[in-house]
Amino acid sequence: MQPIISISNLSKIYDGGVKALDSVDLEIRPGEIFALLGPNGAGKTTLISAVCGIVTPTSGTMAAGGYDVIRDYKKARKMIGLVPQEISTDTFETVWATVNFSRGLFGKPRDATYIEQLLKDLSLWDKRDAKIMELSGGMKRRVMIAKALSHEPDILFLDEPTAGVDVELRRNMWNLVRGLRERGVTIILTTHYIEEAEEMADRVGVIRGGEIIVVEETVAIMRKLGKRQLTLTLTDAMDAVPDSLAEWELELADEGHQLVYTFDANDESTGIPSLLRTMSDLGIGFADLDTSKSSLEDIFVGLVHEEPAPEEETAA
Amino acid sequence: MNVRGVWALYSFEMQRTWRTLWQSIVTPVITTVLYFVVFGSAIGSRMEDIGGVDYGAFIVPGLMMLSLLTQSISNASFAIYFPKFTGTVYEMLSAPMSPSELVMGYVGAAATKSIMLGLIILATANLFVDVRIEYPLAMIVFLVLTAITFSMFGFIIGIWADGFEQLSFIPMLIVTPLTFLGGAFYSINMLPDLWRTISLFNPVVYLVSGFRWSFYGEGDVSIGLSLGITAIFLLTCLGAIIWIFRTGYRLKE
Repeated sequence: MQPIISISNLSKIYDGGVKALDSVDLEIRPGEIFALLGPNGAGKTTLISAVCGIVTPTSGTMAAGGYDVIRDYKKARKMIGLVPQEISTDTFETVWATVNFSRGLFGKPRDATYIEQLLKDLSLWDKRDAKIMELSGGMKRRVMIAKALSHEPDILFLDEPTAGVDVELRRNMWNLVRGLRERGVTIILTTHYIEEAEEMADRVGVIRGGEIIVVEETVAIMRKLGKRQLTLTLTDAMDAVPDSLAEWELELADEGHQLVYTFDANDESTGIPSLLRTMSDLGIGFADLDTSKSSLEDIFVGLVHEEPAPEEETAA
Repeated sequence: MNVRGVWALYSFEMQRTWRTLWQSIVTPVITTVLYFVVFGSAIGSRMEDIGGVDYGAFIVPGLMMLSLLTQSISNASFAIYFPKFTGTVYEMLSAPMSPSELVMGYVGAAATKSIMLGLIILATANLFVDVRIEYPLAMIVFLVLTAITFSMFGFIIGIWADGFEQLSFIPMLIVTPLTFLGGAFYSINMLPDLWRTISLFNPVVYLVSGFRWSFYGEGDVSIGLSLGITAIFLLTCLGAIIWIFRTGYRLKE
């Protein structure tokens, strides 16, 4: 399948010498929801800004819908809608005027029916004649989404779309994003809410220090890197893990009241039956047991805190 | 060409004029009326004719030029600076608009506002003095060229500016003094030789002179020279804007 966005060897070094992107290669499939995860300053916004034409890359190529983002920028940009991280709106304009302005700017003829439906979908129709300065923060963010969707883009970039948005609105936005995907819109979102990526994304990419370190199906990354934990609540607290249980690399928690066993869910043998048998043989009783799996957040934290490989190894 | 995009930008900017009617049009008109009351009626009645033109009528082209220059600069500089300040400039930069289309939208709207203002001042002046226009076509050409040139200049200032105080710095501290000293209220031929020579280094002299020539058929310098200097300034501003978009100076990182 031809990627709808293709980024090759993209680098960006800012005037101050900060390397925000380092030889990034990334392909986005048509119709997918792609979540770009990374800590602050990892290069997420720079990457989005480069594709959208807001930042000039130092080197590399980018294409949207097969059009080179630099050479055929008009054709490429017509396909793209952008919701930036910061809420930046025309404070003194009405919702209706600013959304129609955005549509015109992208060269689309006026279409009152489409804009009306868009505002209704975003629960903004009642506020169409209100000035943006009169709206709440959540509504302003929805206005920005409406502006980005006003020209019916094929690709939508959402840079931290739910930052500072209440839980209900966040859920509404997730539904909106899913609805857009059903209509064939490709969505690339950056987020700090890992739960958001886990909930919605078909694939996730992790960026660290300007480098993409992982791109994987969300389900696959959970399966590959996800760990499970077995927590046993002991009937009697213990001071240390007995030597005879060393092979399971158990950890003591809750001041010796819990034993925690971390295992790979994909291994053929989890080691749980033999652990329980050995504990029984040693007369260690437990009152309760609980299993949990690591969330995408745990995986993400693990990845971004991993030491980068030494350069010679990377090169090899 | 993204005609709809240019029109959207142009209309959006013009809408701001209607929304801020008092600030955009009424305030400069009131200021100009005050000039006529003070310089035209109060002081002007005691002044001799200049080159056979009544003093009150003589200052009309200069006053129009003063408003045209300052308003073109402030309209265009504010138009591009405000989106930079609020962050909405992201939308212009990510839209399928070429640099020339963006300039057409912004500069076109700023120039239109200035031209409207110039014509309103002309109509207002007619209430106070008898203004005649010997070369109406030349007057329109000068009006349009000057409005476009100084709107481009304002656009450059708006991109260069880091704060609101810088927006008013050049119009207030450079353009207004140059206009006052550029023969808006007098003919530079009335000055001693040394000051006349120094005045010839003031580019506004050529703009005021050419504009006044279109009204009364006489100027401080030849009409060809006036047109030439205006054209040079226009091309310089155009060159600077092309450079800004090529390099992304203060627009893109």
